[in-house]
Amino acid sequence: MIASTIRKAVIAALWLAFLTFPLMVVKVNTLKDLVEWRWINLAWVLYSGFFASLVWQVLYQYRKTKKADDEDDPSLQGLSLGDRLMVSLKDPYVLVLLFALAYFVGLYPLVSFEFWRWSCKIALAVLAAKLAYKLFLVKKVRSCSAVMKESPLSKPILFAVLGIAVIYFPFSVDSYQVNIMVLALIYVVLGLGLNITVGLAGLLDLGYIAFFAVGAYTYGLLNTHFGLDFWICLPLGGLIGTFFGVLLGLPILRLRGDYLAIVTLGFGMIAHQVLTNWTDVFKGNLGIHKIERPGFFGMEMDLAQATTYTYFLVVLLVIGTIFVTNRLKDSRIGRAWMALREDEIACVAMGIDMARTKLSAYAFGAFWAGTVGVIFAARNTSINPNSFTFLESAIVLSIVVLGGMGSIFGVIIAALVMMLMPEYLRDIGEYRWLVFGAVMVLMMIFRPQGLIANQRRTYKYEGAKGEES
Amino acid sequence: MEKLLDVRGLTMDFGGLRAVDNVSLEINKGEIVALIGPNGAGKTTFFNCTTGIYTPTGGDVVIHPPGEAEVRINGMKPNRITTLGMARTFQNIRLFPAMTVLENVMIGRHCRTSTDIIGAILRGPNTKKQEKETIEKSYALLEKVGLDHLANEFAKNLPYGAQRRLEIARAMATDPFLLLLDEPAAGMNPQETKELDELIVRIAREEGISILLIEHDMKLVMNISERIYVMEYGKLLAYGPPEEIKNNPKVIEAYLGEEAVHA
Amino acid sequence: MSFLDFDWEYFLLLFAGGLVKGSIYALIALGYTMVYGIIQLINFAHGEIYMIGAFVALMVSGVLTIYGFSGVSILVLAAIVAMIYAAAYGFTLERIAYRPLRGAPRLSPLISAIGMSLFLQNYVMLSQTPDFLRFPSLIPDFAFMEPIAHIINSVEVVILGTTVITMLGLTYLIKFTKVGKAMRATQQDMTMARLVGINSDRVISMTFVIGSVLAAIGGVLIASRLEQINFMIGFLAGVKAFTAAVLGGIGNIPGAVLGGLVLGLTESMAAGYISSAYEDVFAFGLLVLILTFRPAGLLGKAVKQKV
Repeated sequence: MIASTIRKAVIAALWLAFLTFPLMVVKVNTLKDLVEWRWINLAWVLYSGFFASLVWQVLYQYRKTKKADDEDDPSLQGLSLGDRLMVSLKDPYVLVLLFALAYFVGLYPLVSFEFWRWSCKIALAVLAAKLAYKLFLVKKVRSCSAVMKESPLSKPILFAVLGIAVIYFPFSVDSYQVNIMVLALIYVVLGLGLNITVGLAGLLDLGYIAFFAVGAYTYGLLNTHFGLDFWICLPLGGLIGTFFGVLLGLPILRLRGDYLAIVTLGFGMIAHQVLTNWTDVFKGNLGIHKIERPGFFGMEMDLAQATTYTYFLVVLLVIGTIFVTNRLKDSRIGRAWMALREDEIACVAMGIDMARTKLSAYAFGAFWAGTVGVIFAARNTSINPNSFTFLESAIVLSIVVLGGMGSIFGVIIAALVMMLMPEYLRDIGEYRWLVFGAVMVLMMIFRPQGLIANQRRTYKYEGAKGEES
Repeated sequence: MEKLLDVRGLTMDFGGLRAVDNVSLEINKGEIVALIGPNGAGKTTFFNCTTGIYTPTGGDVVIHPPGEAEVRINGMKPNRITTLGMARTFQNIRLFPAMTVLENVMIGRHCRTSTDIIGAILRGPNTKKQEKETIEKSYALLEKVGLDHLANEFAKNLPYGAQRRLEIARAMATDPFLLLLDEPAAGMNPQETKELDELIVRIAREEGISILLIEHDMKLVMNISERIYVMEYGKLLAYGPPEEIKNNPKVIEAYLGEEAVHA
Repeated sequence: MSFLDFDWEYFLLLFAGGLVKGSIYALIALGYTMVYGIIQLINFAHGEIYMIGAFVALMVSGVLTIYGFSGVSILVLAAIVAMIYAAAYGFTLERIAYRPLRGAPRLSPLISAIGMSLFLQNYVMLSQTPDFLRFPSLIPDFAFMEPIAHIINSVEVVILGTTVITMLGLTYLIKFTKVGKAMRATQQDMTMARLVGINSDRVISMTFVIGSVLAAIGGVLIASRLEQINFMIGFLAGVKAFTAAVLGGIGNIPGAVLGGLVLGLTESMAAGYISSAYEDVFAFGLLVLILTFRPAGLLGKAVKQKV
């Protein structure tokens, strides 16, 4: 078993080395006709490939057996410490953590990345916690959420703490960081909006960012040309976003699911090209400048104040989005969206108008993008087409996927992680997309429900018996 | 007798293949009618044509909702047909796997309720009332098919027989006057089949919903149906009450003969 | 404007350009369509295979140039190595990102494919460079092309010729070889193919390998025409080729070729006669238009979903 695992890992590492050889090792300077041989990279690939394969195999084995979560493991009870250790070592989480730790520690002295050191520490801490739990606390510890459910006070307390943190945040850090947070929150709204289209209704939209652009340019143009106020443009952005959603949705929602992906991707690219090339209106790559920040009854604000103000605006919008999505999720419309995602044929056979339901999900997603686009333009005060490329659509999509499709809480966490991580872990910056791409693949394979799985509402009902006639 | 469904000369071609050839069938109020035939006889295609999944190549499908004018439904969208009052189940179970059992039934109420996006966001008194009614009705239906104790399970976690019953409950939630069941007993054990048998009769008697079912389980068919239609190679072979069908030499040759080979 | 005033030379120039572009689209589109035909998956990372093919060819030619090889021999060797590598990448891609997701909800492999596409793009960007690299012009100018070189040059003729030969080879492969028969059987009914003893996993792998080889051919050809490459060429070409596949009717092999040519010609004509700034707008506009009137594409058959 162990021998074959290691053999497979070695083969995988060699195969990877073969695959990556021309790109990782060879580097050609075509201007000077020089070839650079970077043999150190070969060692990297072999080393990483070996560990990656180990982790992959453990996870894959675990996935196949589909064992339930190990929180409560009766098999550990009544065993000696040594035996418990042996059993624990067979636990996939422990194994994966061990491999990860070995991998990071093995190169610890060689790599100067901040990210590396952190990964190392985190892996060690989690491993220690996991082992300690396995070895000494065999009885099931009540999870946080269980405690929360039982205590009636815990929910208000949690919200209060969260609320204070949210309010206190802009006053505790400088305005640069507040500004970053505003951007992250804008992506929270985008994530929640796309979550409606993709997560709930299952319509893959690869051009979502186009609606974001619609909102941003609506405000940018109306403000710079006609001097229209932020507060007038905010609903306008949403409405025009919705309008475009309906306009584009009408011809394409009859299409098979897979075709939708390419056509929406096309719309995204069309939008970008129009913004770039129709210079008379959209000013091309230069973009639109001197857009006003949101006003507050004509009050004069300096930059820091304006940033803080924008922060609170976007927080309100996030709250609004959560509120609305939450209500929709467990409503007649939300259920129809989900049913559509699950099975279109059964859906129409149950009397649901497919075209209308699809259109509403698509347009409603567009509404949020349009609305938050206005805030984006107001935050940046200048906009250009480069903020609205396919990559941005991909960011929002990965937020939805990582967060757990359909799960509101998960999407928020994922958006914050994705937008803030590169900011605070600078040296992961350029590797960000490499990592996210890989994570998207791994997530689909090993944890398709996302970081936080979508919980379905449960209904309690006892009165039916009495009313049966 | 009041005619609910009247299919005249229904024909369906797939390219050069005639899957259903000039089939006529009618169902009267309160009846349980069975459509039988060997595999590939065109029964499911017949269902798909009557429920709007396919648009038939020829013929007429007319339904007559009680108390309303009759409607010709050829080429109408499936959701319209369901709204008119004809609901169905599927041969290969088509539930919404990642939704709860109760939610599956609640989906059936969709076409009988009217909350829109704005209403759902505001959650005003009307919406609340509708939502409450939806839950109550759905729950009551689950009780009828004996799944109320599983209301909050995911549909995909239900055993096979329970999934079939859930499909029936979901179809009933659309308030149909006519229910089309496509092989409801497929894959069930004898005990489950017996329960299903009772359930179908109860639906017809107590709810006053007429039923057309495709079924291979001869015992079930002969037990509960008042009339039987037999199809073979897309054509109607015979129709009549169970006794007549049982003794029809053509049917014995075509259908029961095959059954005998299978057994 | 009378018939004679019409600038035929300009038209022919655009036509040749569109044909060349279209044949490259067609080569890549085949990979999309073949994979879709068998497992109903949009292999979003297919464009990346094409890009990697071009990069590998560049590396090989760079190394060979330094060791003193010359023109055509470099081209042939580079193309062969690029094809081998593309095949290896295609094979690995399927094993890692798609095979574990067989039977998962439809959205899962699609998202996995998008993830893979992002991964491969950034892998090439980080391991090489984000800048454009000059691709050596390895195809010589033929003397006999001289009289018409202002309309269609040698490189373009080679592209067209290679495409035609490749298509013929593919047709032979699919129609007459054992692999091709197994592929067609699997495409029609995977369960049935399995029952008669076809190893469907192997057929799927083969499909990815063949598609990837075609993409690599396209990659090398286009790189020798444009004479520069970077890590993004795969995404753009992939999107266009996929559009071509959908235009022609996805899953349909002649459809992919037709779709590629139609798309290439449309883009070329629209750029030449209307505006070159809105190439994508015309391409996707055409897609939406055709899908609105023929939802299954030009040659695709409307598939009745089994209920």
